[in-house]
Amino acid sequence: MTERYNGTELLICLSARVMEDRSSAFIGTGVPMLAAALAKRLYAPELVSVFEFGGIGSSLKYLPRGVGESKTFYRALVATGICDVMETAARGFVTYGFLGGAQIDMYGNLNSTVIGDYEHPKVRLPGSGGGNDVGSFCWRTIAIMRHEPQRFIPKLDFVTTPGYLSGPGAREAAGLFPGSGPYRVVTNLATLGYDEESKRMQLIAVNPGVTVEEVVAATSFPLLLPAKVEENAPPTDEELRALREEIDPEHLYI
Amino acid sequence: MPNYRRVLGLLSFHRYAFPAVRRALTPAPGSVTMPKRSVLNPAAAGSLGGSMEVLESGRGRLLQTPDLDGLRRWNREHKSMALVDKLVDEHEAVRRCIDDGDYIGFELYGTCRAPLSIVREIVRQGRRHLRLVGQGLQDVDWLVAAGMVDAMDITYNAYEVHGLSSVLRRAVEKQGLEVVEWSNAGIAWRFKAAAMGVPFLPIKSMLGTDTFVRSAGKVTEDPFGNGRVMLLPALVVDCAVIHVHRADRFGNCQLDGISGFALEIARASRKVLISAEEIVDTETIRQYPERNVIPYFLVDAVVHAPFGSHPGEMPYLYGRDEPSTLAWLESAKTLEGTEAFLDQTMRRLPNHAAYLELIGGAAKQAELRALAVGR
Repeated sequence: MTERYNGTELLICLSARVMEDRSSAFIGTGVPMLAAALAKRLYAPELVSVFEFGGIGSSLKYLPRGVGESKTFYRALVATGICDVMETAARGFVTYGFLGGAQIDMYGNLNSTVIGDYEHPKVRLPGSGGGNDVGSFCWRTIAIMRHEPQRFIPKLDFVTTPGYLSGPGAREAAGLFPGSGPYRVVTNLATLGYDEESKRMQLIAVNPGVTVEEVVAATSFPLLLPAKVEENAPPTDEELRALREEIDPEHLYI
Repeated sequence: MPNYRRVLGLLSFHRYAFPAVRRALTPAPGSVTMPKRSVLNPAAAGSLGGSMEVLESGRGRLLQTPDLDGLRRWNREHKSMALVDKLVDEHEAVRRCIDDGDYIGFELYGTCRAPLSIVREIVRQGRRHLRLVGQGLQDVDWLVAAGMVDAMDITYNAYEVHGLSSVLRRAVEKQGLEVVEWSNAGIAWRFKAAAMGVPFLPIKSMLGTDTFVRSAGKVTEDPFGNGRVMLLPALVVDCAVIHVHRADRFGNCQLDGISGFALEIARASRKVLISAEEIVDTETIRQYPERNVIPYFLVDAVVHAPFGSHPGEMPYLYGRDEPSTLAWLESAKTLEGTEAFLDQTMRRLPNHAAYLELIGGAAKQAELRALAVGR
């Protein structure tokens, strides 16, 4: 059976639906850029995109390939610099932050620095970039991940970006601002959130055609399961049309 | 001056007397608590503060000493408030500004307003034992690939949508390149600290993570009661290389679009090498003095470098040459390919003008101008 959509398109649509109108969101490279562009067209026309090198409130008419590109501030409201953007986030202006990584643990900590031992890494990844700052300053962070057992693991090789660190109270004890932290994880299998008390990752909804067992099997730490698991709606025709025809007609990402 | 013991005593009394005060003063589980006073600094008695005891130290090496006194003396001895003509070709600019062993940094970020014509000139001339700072794409990759870099303060080195840097992977995984980790804000604020003339800045990022553990920062308790803070050491750069839209021959600069961290790194550096798409008359600067973001007295050399950001873009002027970047990424997969690329596009060419001919001359430039996003 041929699917109506591919995994990347599903990730983009699910991420777009998480975005809230009239809020601000730190946008990283890749899926978040497409999700923000889609959300602006369909769900959140007044979403304010924030890019770390200085672009705030772009129309996102053209799809950027990098967070420092002209397209991140095309017809924007603000073109400033990295200090001003990060200081704005530090003062509590940025609600959502979209993050990626090679590994995530049950407290939403992320690794994008090395695979293996730090001194002798198997793979050297890019490093924090703005990830650590987004994870420190935004009120709610949303991780977009490929859901695989070697990525959803009990102990990260390296904590690049803070989630809830070692559990309840750990962010505040470390000195991070109270009331901030991980909010959602959007994957090719499911949408996940965090238990209010234990700060541990819990399943919210499975993607179309995916079972709870499959999600559990793809997660190498114990995943909290609620009494009722929702099912995400598949991408709509309208979402797919906007994505393919308007947002990424050159198929750079999808 | 209020006695802090008395103030604390009063608060202690009120917390039992009034439930509302008690609630306000009782920290939620795991929330920020007042600084521990096990180590009292007598000098701070009478103020809120205890001593700023270092609670944790990052294990990374401090690659550059935050020598603010040295920066002040350097500026006094080497900088001039006089309007001195600094317009030179790229060969002279690099000869003048970048020495073996220097700690250098590039602005903006890889493919946007990137000073790549100057980076190519550095590869052409060759330097040894450089140390680098920052985010990087080609700028960092080429110098690392050319074997000129001993150590790096890194925040991010990869190609975003196009994936990881083969050069960084080889250098760190196989060749033992020393890297020290920071976040993007962390690095930008390290420049800011140096620009302010302060030895460190306390921040609320990098805390609780291995990014901190592998940095050269420190963690302390805020003596004013905001919990733990990370202390970023000021970063004094030996030479900053910045590409701008226009500059006059004295070094006054204007940028269009986002400013990245140009303002901060220019003020944190002993030497500043500017390349500019356009050299303008000083009258242009005087008409809009508020747009002069890097004033002449910071600057040591000015180079006219049209399409200096190629294969990166220049906001409002020209777009990215994506096939050219992809060609580099393909070459970078092997050592042989990397060497051939450096030879062909840098070492065998006399200058930037020859590079512009190599990539297709006027026709190519028109093509790239058409890719500019516009306003």
